[in-house]
Amino acid sequence: MINSIGREIPQSLPGYASLTPFGGAFALKPDNRRAGPRLCADMPHSDKRVKSIDAAIDACGLQDGMTISFHHHFRNGDFILNTVLEAIARKGIKGLTLAPSSLNDVNDAIIPLIENGTITAIETSGARGKLGKLLTSGKLAKPVLIRSHGGRARAIECGDLHIDVAFLGAPACDCYGNINGVEGKSACGSMGYAMIDAAFAEKVVAITDNLVPHPLFPISIPQTDVDFIVVVDSIGDPKGIASGALRISSDPRELLIAQYASSVIEYSGYFKQDFSFQLGSGGASLAAARFIREKMLAQKITGSFGVGGITTPFVDMLEEGLFKCLFDVQDFDQPSIQSIKRNPNHLEMSASYYANPHNRGPIVNMLDVVILSATEVDVDFNVNVITDSNGVIMGASGGHSDAAAGASLAIVVAPLLRGRLPMVLKKVNTVVTPGESVDVVVTERGVAVNPLRQDLKDNLRNSGVPIMEIEELRQLAVNLAGEPDSIPLSDEIVGLVEYRDGTIIDAIRRPL
Amino acid sequence: MSAKLLRAAQAGTVESNDIMISVSPAEPGSGCNVTIVSPVLKQYGRQIKAAIEAGVKENGIEDIIIHANDKGALDCTIKARLNVAILRAVSEEEVMTR
Amino acid sequence: MKLRRSMMFVPGNNPGMLQNAGIYGADALIFDLEDSVSINEKDSARELVFQAISNIKYPSEIAIRINHIRTPFGRPDLAKILAAKPNLIRLPMTESAVEIQTVDAIITEAENRYKFAPGSIMMMAAVETAKGLLKAYEIASASPRMVALAIGGEDFVADLHTSRSKHGRELFVARSEILLAARAAGINAIDTVFSDVNDTEGFINEATAIKEMGFDGKSVVNPRQIQMVHDIFTPTAKEIDHAKKVLVAYEEALARKSGVISLNGKMIDLPIVARAERTLAYADAVGAGAGRVES
Repeated sequence: MINSIGREIPQSLPGYASLTPFGGAFALKPDNRRAGPRLCADMPHSDKRVKSIDAAIDACGLQDGMTISFHHHFRNGDFILNTVLEAIARKGIKGLTLAPSSLNDVNDAIIPLIENGTITAIETSGARGKLGKLLTSGKLAKPVLIRSHGGRARAIECGDLHIDVAFLGAPACDCYGNINGVEGKSACGSMGYAMIDAAFAEKVVAITDNLVPHPLFPISIPQTDVDFIVVVDSIGDPKGIASGALRISSDPRELLIAQYASSVIEYSGYFKQDFSFQLGSGGASLAAARFIREKMLAQKITGSFGVGGITTPFVDMLEEGLFKCLFDVQDFDQPSIQSIKRNPNHLEMSASYYANPHNRGPIVNMLDVVILSATEVDVDFNVNVITDSNGVIMGASGGHSDAAAGASLAIVVAPLLRGRLPMVLKKVNTVVTPGESVDVVVTERGVAVNPLRQDLKDNLRNSGVPIMEIEELRQLAVNLAGEPDSIPLSDEIVGLVEYRDGTIIDAIRRPL
Repeated sequence: MSAKLLRAAQAGTVESNDIMISVSPAEPGSGCNVTIVSPVLKQYGRQIKAAIEAGVKENGIEDIIIHANDKGALDCTIKARLNVAILRAVSEEEVMTR
Repeated sequence: MKLRRSMMFVPGNNPGMLQNAGIYGADALIFDLEDSVSINEKDSARELVFQAISNIKYPSEIAIRINHIRTPFGRPDLAKILAAKPNLIRLPMTESAVEIQTVDAIITEAENRYKFAPGSIMMMAAVETAKGLLKAYEIASASPRMVALAIGGEDFVADLHTSRSKHGRELFVARSEILLAARAAGINAIDTVFSDVNDTEGFINEATAIKEMGFDGKSVVNPRQIQMVHDIFTPTAKEIDHAKKVLVAYEEALARKSGVISLNGKMIDLPIVARAERTLAYADAVGAGAGRVES
């Protein structure tokens, strides 16, 4: 069947009960109820500690065919996901659904467990490296399901994603299960993605290398959510968890894109006192922070709140008083982790508060402006951030579609050419964010405004940025590089991209 | 004009946006034999090959072995590197004033 | 009015840089076949630049810095490049009018051969030695093709047995002489590069100083320097306002057939009127109707 943005979606697929085609960013009105774990009772003064990961797996009653989850706050420094899965595999448990908030290069280590049938299904935000290639190759019995951060929170809360056991790496954990992410050698900052898993999984195991006396505070994940605690030597490699301060690019092309993006904001009509702002972590969007900061200082404008994965440029603006507060779902560098620990105006939030479309209002709904990166954009303004130009999974849906849907002004930045490859195409390989949510596409050679936004087009007339039609932008790329041949794809569907509301926005087909 | 390669030669680099083209003489009558390695083979393999074959013809070469290690070069870069590789392979002096 | 506020050097043997050189809004691009290209890649760079300017549409004026005409590469550079009809040929290390005339003759011959309009390919020269500086006016006025004279600071200070400093005293005489020669010949004067791309303050100081001296533009080595030069060369709102008032006062005096013109009690004579006209023409050319706000 064809969904509302013209993508061919399968009617049914092995392992999937029913598929609803995407019908528009806010078309679906939910009518079901929240799900939740079975009730339980803990006896006073009980000891939640178990002696090993193995013992925790046994205590949870993990069985063939269950669903397990992890958070990705430790990014490429994560030891938990690989270690726990190896322990599970040793027990001979098979047919698991793996549902982490995302996967990184470090998780290439689980490939043998997919090949031997320990893991037969994956639901996550994205994947990279060899694992991304493997998922694209169709080796998984059930095609991979890609969800946005907000979509995952929604799926967990409504029961679409029922987690049997959540294994949560905990940088600091007390002996009754209160957790935070800001203390200890493996501090990661916000625990935003893990909060939903903790609240809705049937069983929750906290794994820590920093057990502290009760009560630990501040509390990110409360003792009321945690069943078992395992103490290990190390839950992650601090160098992989967070980089040093992320600094602004000196690549002139990225700076030019950033400059155009910041001029678009300045002239858009949304750049005014108390505007709210989200910044992606890509090079050009980070660099835009610098120009926006200069414009805010020059025009004596301060913002209300900042959102996102948080990076140093944003923290600097908070400290300068350019924003009142930051809502933080994940931290990317050490200064951000220090900031959320020390600055009371730097607030931790859950993935549901961040972006879940089916609660009483996530923070993205209050966003004025967001700058997002893209792998590819097409002439309908659809954005791909999940597959590369050869159709292989190598990215993550992340909060892309969530922030784009919520913000009044969603700016997508991308180089017009990567090497020889045009990034503005007739059709993107895979749609993650629908064109209706994208207002402006900014490249180093031109800026295109969504025809749905004539108001923006008018406002940007005197901005000094080279405004053109998106088709002209595409033509500019083709004039330089030539028209690319479309990559050959098989009919075999290896993945589904779920829109944040649970409908299917696109299918990923195996490249030939 | 028909030119003949006197030796193997190459031009270009393996930096991004460049292409390294290696040419060597081939038996008379063996034609133009091209191999291409490229990260954009699926999207541009056909056009890279066409650009190389057209460039060989323009240079009046009939028999040649070409290996192209492409890093996402535009057609104009491919043409430039090919022309220089051929120039270096056909010139009388090996150590010449380039 | 042809603007040459920023002339950005682009290494001639780098396809990535050639591909993107046009996006930064430099008034002119100087594709370099000389210093940035090693001896055994001269043929490669020449061919690459030829293909680039023949196939890629650049929004800037295109200049080619050729190798010196007395090296084995200068003539082959011209033989290849002229066919692509660049706007401008830039000669390095110029020391005499003869060099200019030699290249001029080669260009004339190419214009005839390729049926380009006579005089359509212009020239500029860089003075980079003491000997060249002593001949600056002869060089500047050696051909009607000459549109700009530049100072190549790094080579020049080496020739003087000194080095570049922040205050720039070592280049003061040379800059002054270049400016005089260029003005006497009625062509542009272009300042040398500032190579520490991370020293924004140093760059702004130097660009401000040479603008005050009277230079028309500056060579740049990094796209990040372009906007800074353009900002410095854009007339301020105050300058534009003053220029307008001068011209109004002048018109009024003409209407009154009065010999004495004054504005706010200050006498205005013809050089001041000429400067006001230049300021407004310049503001018009850079598209700065209202002028830049002084920070």
